[in-house]
Amino acid sequence: MVSKASRLRGGHGSALPGLVVEKVSPHFLRDALAQLPYGVVVISGTNGKTTTTKIVVELLRAAGLKVFTNPSGSNFTRGIASVAALEMKRGRLDADIAVVELDEAHAVHFVRQVPPKYSLILNVLRDQLDRFGEIDTTAKLLAQIAERTTGTVVLNREDPLVATIPAGKKVYFGYSGSVAELFPNDDELYGAKKRSPPGKLAATVTLDGLDGSLATFNIGSAELLLRGAHNALNAAAALALVREILGDRFSAEESLQALSQIRPAFGRGESFMINGQPLELILVKNPSGFRISLASQNNARAATMIAINDQYADGRDMSWLWDVDFSILPSVEMVSGVRAYDMALRLETSGVDVRMVETDLPAAIDTFLTKNIGHDRPMQLYATYTAMLKIRKALKARRQT
Amino acid sequence: MSRTLTIVMLYPAEMNIYGDHGNLEFLTRRAELYGFTVNTVAYEPGDRLPDNVDIILGGGGQDSGQTKITDDLVKLAPTLHKLAQDGVPMLVICGLYQLFGHYFLTTDGVKIPGIGLFDAHTTAGDERLIGNIMTEWEGYQLVGYENHSGLTHLNDGQAAFASVLKGAGNNGQDTTEGARIYNVFGSYLHGPLLPKNPKLADELLLLAAKRRFNDTILNFQNDHAKKTLQLLDNLAEKARLIAIARSR
Repeated sequence: MVSKASRLRGGHGSALPGLVVEKVSPHFLRDALAQLPYGVVVISGTNGKTTTTKIVVELLRAAGLKVFTNPSGSNFTRGIASVAALEMKRGRLDADIAVVELDEAHAVHFVRQVPPKYSLILNVLRDQLDRFGEIDTTAKLLAQIAERTTGTVVLNREDPLVATIPAGKKVYFGYSGSVAELFPNDDELYGAKKRSPPGKLAATVTLDGLDGSLATFNIGSAELLLRGAHNALNAAAALALVREILGDRFSAEESLQALSQIRPAFGRGESFMINGQPLELILVKNPSGFRISLASQNNARAATMIAINDQYADGRDMSWLWDVDFSILPSVEMVSGVRAYDMALRLETSGVDVRMVETDLPAAIDTFLTKNIGHDRPMQLYATYTAMLKIRKALKARRQT
Repeated sequence: MSRTLTIVMLYPAEMNIYGDHGNLEFLTRRAELYGFTVNTVAYEPGDRLPDNVDIILGGGGQDSGQTKITDDLVKLAPTLHKLAQDGVPMLVICGLYQLFGHYFLTTDGVKIPGIGLFDAHTTAGDERLIGNIMTEWEGYQLVGYENHSGLTHLNDGQAAFASVLKGAGNNGQDTTEGARIYNVFGSYLHGPLLPKNPKLADELLLLAAKRRFNDTILNFQNDHAKKTLQLLDNLAEKARLIAIARSR
């Protein structure tokens, strides 16, 4: 009944049906999710939530489970209730398991209503401090997720603030050996601390090597369509979680096979072909994410564009741009977005040559593509969230013409 | 003869939360374009300050970071007072600005001691004051971003650094922003402050150059340096205009 009422409002991923069902039945979400045989899985952390959730969902589906998940963007309780309402059949959620992606603050709200059976905590990095205030505060929020988890908590061994989160049953994912060099930590930028070696705790899944697209884990290897070291580590996190969920049914071979088929999530390292030339669209939202993307994705031959907006979803404070070391870039062809001049100033201060600045995004994209198409050069485009949405739209429009 | 300026960054490992590194990078770049050789020093707890300090910078930290550096900062207090009286320009932002006052009173009622260079104290507030901020300093508009819950009150006789045009500043009540004594500037503005406000960067460099070399003006190292400085100023000016037009 609730489902029908909410269906009238329509709009997949919109929070409106959720608002309706919350009013009609405040325990709707808890009750709907409580029926699932494999329970509820919460994935949180600063970076990599969307991609990791996608990997987990696809690995579970490959193992034959019916998975309920929240599309990225509706990552708050009401949004999840909306989607659940739309997927109800005869008063039941037609799924074996729910896998939900939640940011730190929303996750706390959610787990109070719905204690998860499993949770995965990826990392806690400086991100949008205008929203969360302090990193330590964020870490405390994540600890509450672990506390409410009834089964296993999967933690990042290499993130000191995450590894130390107390939990009843916990397992770790991580990396080993020289892979550590691909993951600079937040404090390293200032030359004060050295790169942290892999942790000493036992991890169930580790990323042991990354050679181009070939990722080697302690449980086997896979060629990845997902780009970058951070995504290979996200894959390790997903494998560790799926291994817990499936237990005896887990097959490393099958999971790695499924992993190799997974494409990047919306706007997270998506590849476009523009007139036969590859263009990578890379979402950047905080210093560590930007730095890891630059280190693992940057191609010295590529033409680079950077687009920085300052809406709430991008982060309103521009200070973070100064926590990224851009000196790895030989030059930047185009800088755009509302805060293009902040970005250009930041680059030129480090001696990175900026060829053009254009605050208007569609105009900037046009110029960037016009200048670079036909020169046999790959293109890479780093963008904050709302800039990414605009760019994606512009690229899609262009592809259709 | 090489003209060297030594710039010290206080506690970069713990006090760096809002792009504070950007102040050091921007100041260093400008100093080099003005023909100075720059020696940058990261000062961490237990270190010894170098002998010829020309400029000191400090940034903001989390509560846990502030706790970690307090003991060392208190030990360093007499040296910092002496350097301040000696005219060494300093710029401290947010967390270290607070600790350059008498104390920081936390929500739990704990008094974290400061060095009392500014005749001011800070009390933890209930809400974070967050957003774009604009202030006026000697007729020049300073633009930046503030994000603090501490409320700073200047005692009578303690000069503010600037007055608030938009935003909260020291406490959201009295329109004061930051504090100044000798050539020591304390402020809540990050963004970071110096790249957004090159005039302040030049002021710090000129104060240091006067003290060390009796310079009266900053000279471009050469034509190329002049062009680069003009480029940076041009980009900064455009970034400033956009920041000023953004909503709080």
